[in-house]
Amino acid sequence: MSPAALTAIRLILQRDLRVAFRRPGQLLQPLVFFIMVTLLFPLGVSPELSRLREIAAGVLWAAALLASLLALEFLFREDAHDGTLEQQVLSGQSLTAAIFAKTLAHWLLTGLPLALVTPLAAASLGAPSASWAGIVVAVLLGTAALSLIGSIGAALTLGVRRGSLLLPLLVLPLSLPVLIFGARATQLAIAGAPYLAPLQLLAALAVLGVTLAPLAAAAAVRVSLE
Amino acid sequence: MTDPALEVHDLHLWRGEHHLLRGIGFSLASGQFLRLSGANGAGKTSLLRTLCGLIWPEQGTVRWRGADVHSDLRAFHAEMVYLGHEPPLKADLTARENLRYWVGLRRAVTCAELDRALTHMGVMECGDRPVRQLSAGQRRRIALAGLSLLPVALWLLDEPTTNLDAQGEELVAQLIAGQLARGAVVVAALHRDLPQTPMQAVRLELAA
Repeated sequence: MSPAALTAIRLILQRDLRVAFRRPGQLLQPLVFFIMVTLLFPLGVSPELSRLREIAAGVLWAAALLASLLALEFLFREDAHDGTLEQQVLSGQSLTAAIFAKTLAHWLLTGLPLALVTPLAAASLGAPSASWAGIVVAVLLGTAALSLIGSIGAALTLGVRRGSLLLPLLVLPLSLPVLIFGARATQLAIAGAPYLAPLQLLAALAVLGVTLAPLAAAAAVRVSLE
Repeated sequence: MTDPALEVHDLHLWRGEHHLLRGIGFSLASGQFLRLSGANGAGKTSLLRTLCGLIWPEQGTVRWRGADVHSDLRAFHAEMVYLGHEPPLKADLTARENLRYWVGLRRAVTCAELDRALTHMGVMECGDRPVRQLSAGQRRRIALAGLSLLPVALWLLDEPTTNLDAQGEELVAQLIAGQLARGAVVVAALHRDLPQTPMQAVRLELAA
């Protein structure tokens, strides 16, 4: 990657993080949603640990997926609205690198905080403390893959009226492998069984996403801006 | 006449069922200014967006220094700036933060350069205020300050005097004159003449 592209990535990361921290409401929305769902579920189902552990993986991953989707709508839409996305396209720098930087910022603002509060969510769902490390790694990898997959959907729906309704319909089917492998890794970690295989599959999805998603999203952004 | 820098040949553009641009063609040499005019909806913005490669025309070519701009869009973009209707600024960032980002995507910019540009455009006191607190005219001036920091060979400006007072319009005219003196090409959509219309001005009236 050229030094100019690295500079562009640094500038985009700095700018997106700065903008996000000046809007704490928007920043906290996915995190609060995730915590609320995972903390309220045990109250609504049963305080019995064995029952909670059975549903923990499903609840955790459904909440993580939906929380990640909440913030996805803002990935490109505001930049497209205020004209800064157009300037990125016209800057003469790699748009793929710019999209990667924006997706990385999105993950740092949504996926990483979700992973950091995962032990709290896991504890409320009865997961033993020995399983937390495995669950956190799974959430780190899974949310990275979700952000990357989501960036394609966010770019494709950029020029579409009511794109926010279309976005989950596009992204959810593509996110199912992440949900399946993430939930499997979490189930195995809670049961004390080896969970490396589903983690490796999650890592493979994340690597595939890093390789292909910025390219696809960049092409979609170009089409959407026309 | 010297070799043309920007050449447009037989450009046709459709927006849905509407045949918006019908065989537009012109060529501009270094140091020339093209003023686009026409009624609302005549296609000025679409023409500018086609020139900068954001829109692909159905027919015709746009050539920069002899090469089709679509053959290497990134190289072409590195040589041009397009300033649209709205100043490309983030409302939550300060003017200075916005310019550091926008100009920084193309070249390193120092605090002194930013100060000079903001002072020249008369918005130095707005430098550390969030853009959301500024008036439309002040935002436009900040965008123009950014434009003045980008040393490129082609400016494509869509109504650059929108929301500006008489002094602001004079500043735009000065910026364009300075850019033309450096041998750049400027294409601007304008509803009325600038206070000092450059001598090299070519006019293109688009029919609605």
